[in-house]
Amino acid sequence: MGKKLYINTTINGEAVEFLCEPRQSLLEIFRDHLGMTGTKEGCNDGNCGACNVIIDGVLMNSCLIFAVEAQDRKIVTIEGLASPQGLHPLQQKFLEHASLQCGICTPGFLVAAKALLDQNPDPTEHEVRHWLAGNLCRCTGYDKIVRAVLDAANVAPNTETSLQSSN
Amino acid sequence: MAATSNSENGNGNGKYKVIGTRPIRHDGLDKVTGRAVYGIDQNLPGMLYGQTLRSPHPHARIRSIDTTKAEALEGVRAVVTADDFSPAGDDEVISLVEGVFRLTHMRSNILAKDKVLYQGHSVAAVAATNIHIAEEALRLIEVDYEILPYVEDVHEAMREDAPLLHDDLTTEDFGEDTGTKSNIASHTQFKIGDLEKGFGESDVIIEHEFKTASVHQGYIESHNATAEWKTDGQLTVWTSTQGAFGVQKQTAGILGIPVSKVKVVPMEIGGGFGGKIPVYLAPQAALLSKKSGRPVKIIMTRADVFKSTGPTPATYVKVKIGADKTGKFLAAEANFAFAAGAFPGSPVWAGAMCVFSCYSFPNALVDGYDVVLNKPRSAAYRAPGATPVILATETIVDEIAEKLGVDPIEIRLLNAAQEGVRRVDGVVYPVIGCRETLEQAKAHEHYRTPLNGPNQGRGIATGFWVNAGLKSSATAHVNEDGTVNLVEGSTDIGGSRASIAMQFAEVLGLPAEAINPSVGDTSSVGYTELTGGSRVTFATGWAAYEAAQEVKRKMMAKAAMYWEAPEEEVRFEDGIFLHATDADKKLSFKELAGHLKDLGGAVVGSGTVDPDYGSGGSFTTCMADVEVDPDTGKVTILRFTMIQDAGTAIHPSYVEGQMQGGSVQGIGWALNEEYFYSEGRMQNASFLDYRIPTCFDVPMVDTVIVEVPHPGHPFGVRGVGEASIAPPPAAIAIAIYNAVGVRLRELPMRPDRVLAACLEKLAASH
Ligand code: FES
Ligand code: FES
Repeated sequence: MGKKLYINTTINGEAVEFLCEPRQSLLEIFRDHLGMTGTKEGCNDGNCGACNVIIDGVLMNSCLIFAVEAQDRKIVTIEGLASPQGLHPLQQKFLEHASLQCGICTPGFLVAAKALLDQNPDPTEHEVRHWLAGNLCRCTGYDKIVRAVLDAANVAPNTETSLQSSN
Repeated sequence: MAATSNSENGNGNGKYKVIGTRPIRHDGLDKVTGRAVYGIDQNLPGMLYGQTLRSPHPHARIRSIDTTKAEALEGVRAVVTADDFSPAGDDEVISLVEGVFRLTHMRSNILAKDKVLYQGHSVAAVAATNIHIAEEALRLIEVDYEILPYVEDVHEAMREDAPLLHDDLTTEDFGEDTGTKSNIASHTQFKIGDLEKGFGESDVIIEHEFKTASVHQGYIESHNATAEWKTDGQLTVWTSTQGAFGVQKQTAGILGIPVSKVKVVPMEIGGGFGGKIPVYLAPQAALLSKKSGRPVKIIMTRADVFKSTGPTPATYVKVKIGADKTGKFLAAEANFAFAAGAFPGSPVWAGAMCVFSCYSFPNALVDGYDVVLNKPRSAAYRAPGATPVILATETIVDEIAEKLGVDPIEIRLLNAAQEGVRRVDGVVYPVIGCRETLEQAKAHEHYRTPLNGPNQGRGIATGFWVNAGLKSSATAHVNEDGTVNLVEGSTDIGGSRASIAMQFAEVLGLPAEAINPSVGDTSSVGYTELTGGSRVTFATGWAAYEAAQEVKRKMMAKAAMYWEAPEEEVRFEDGIFLHATDADKKLSFKELAGHLKDLGGAVVGSGTVDPDYGSGGSFTTCMADVEVDPDTGKVTILRFTMIQDAGTAIHPSYVEGQMQGGSVQGIGWALNEEYFYSEGRMQNASFLDYRIPTCFDVPMVDTVIVEVPHPGHPFGVRGVGEASIAPPPAAIAIAIYNAVGVRLRELPMRPDRVLAACLEKLAASH
């Protein structure tokens, strides 16, 4: 089982500490220990993107990251996308475009799309599709997801601004 | 890739205020912020984590199971096997919407008794204080297997000398038990007219065999169940399911306890597509909870989801169609076998209903066989049974059109099913929208736009699926602020809270936002059948309509009380309560609601319905443009249009969503999804190796909603959930033929198969 390790990290702008076993994934810590079930588990082996989070600005599958690797990082999860001022433009556009059916893939898509817009605020449809190819959605056929991301890019020239409260 | 606007789709024929609009779905906010609680998210104090030990062998006798080492591991709280089932009711059957199942079969699919029948068949389950300990414990369970010969091909399984899976399975022929021991569980036959005469009069007859591999529903949320079985005998199950009442019935039957002892709480569900109708984990979690005295949660691993749950049957389908010189169909014959997996119950009946459903065939014969073999028990998948048989029929229709030199849409229009046509299973169609989808296809800009390159081709195909009616319930309560709480029984997989609430709102002239819809558990809402069969917006929407009618009547009575007038003098128009003679007396719904506190008991309305099964149904026509890479055989979808009759589109965005989702699932089935078996074992049990389409694999999916109102439904709704998956593989096969001149008759149409066919054609031409 191994001794538990003490980890100190930043999640959605807040300092967070937790104890974990070396074998535990970051996803498991979110979901089973921190009560943050917004980050979803679809496969637990890096192939669906439902568990996407942004770590130090880089999009990651949290099921493939050991929790111990979170030490001294800055992590953004789905719970950090909206601010007290309102939804992130991506969230708003997902609602307006009906981009979710069952919604289990939605947190992963939103986090992945945010990571895209953070570095490429005006992507083409091709770029959106290429970037989101690591996220599986079985319900929508992707049409309305891609439209929402393109539309959010139009309304959000700088998506970072709406996140200041959480970063 | 063109991003064509779908904004003109569906306006409720202009008749309605709420229906046909596109409000934000009520559960949307929770789902975009990560707050919505799905089955996998359920956490209870003191909860244990369960996991399941599964067979590595496709067919073996269990000589013994030794769990002592696992039980001794620190942190393990319970281990269960089939011995923990009560034997009560072993000779009984459970009757579900999908069919009648033997309790022994259902129990042994949850935990194998004497034999394992497929790789992935569960053998034992463990509950421990965390998932890692549970997984370690599984490795400590010792199972002594006697390996048996297995069978994995449907034709081989049908042979007399095939290894038999079940000692007690005998073939049922036309509903009669033949007494013959066999892997053929049943034979279904439908027949109309005089087949010989029909083929005798035909000028052209085409016959071919088709094959499709098993595919998985591929929902992104794995199966899960959390159970708490208290010492007073009351069991609560929290799970992602397409039907809480179905889980209640299955779990109670499998555990041998009354349904009244089981409460099922449907959590938010991360996809189902038919695969979350059967129960896999709830009885295991319940037995573990009983033994440990703690709540137990099990989430199935993704590999186990592939190996142990729900694929579609692999199929063999032979279809023969005869037509006269003008292209009029005179006769059709189909013979097919579906691989049900380890237990009987594949959708043979549905396949037989669908195979010739899109056209008028005066003479037809269909024979279908349900065959067991050493693979996981198959489950429903969006329009179960339809896609493989429609691939066969539509491909042959295209060949007949080509042979006669008739336009592919014209030949379909000439024969299209319409009101009064008798389907091969005997149903006579009421008003349906088959022709209308074809006419829309003909008029569509896609159909008239020329292709622009070599190795490109266009294919068109038509498909069908029924609307199951079945029981649904809804209950509404009027709040003082004029909003209404609406509790309904259908799990919301794709926006159905909105489509149900909108029908309720329409009756009362309220905005969609004034309704707070929620999904009830088995203790808080009336009996409601599964979310499936394209029935929720149709039937549960109808129940909400009835509930709204009762609310309306009661609110009119309250208005009369408020005005101290006789009830006959109150009218309700355009959302306003009016006094028949005194024009000053007028109250909006909201104003009247504000007075309710002084007007006696609360206003509660409920509706329960049970519409006929299979009335009407929904038709789809799709067009696919493809490009084939002649060097690799890879097929790229350049453009895709789906046209569907929605009867009346309640929330057009979610109707389009169903059409687009079904289209892309159909594209995956056509081109790259399959269960790949070797030595009785699935070789590709992950999302990496079992590849569902990503957004990089598909273009935008254009949609056209056709509205031919369902004559039986108060708003004319047709369920739209399924028919869109039926025609895409056929359309793509036809498009490939039009691109490179080869007919593919086996799914998936992988690059190696397309390339082999192209090379064969090349060799033949030299
Ligand atoms: S759960 Fe991490 S990629 Fe699927
Ligand atoms: S909305 Fe269900 S998986 Fe994407």
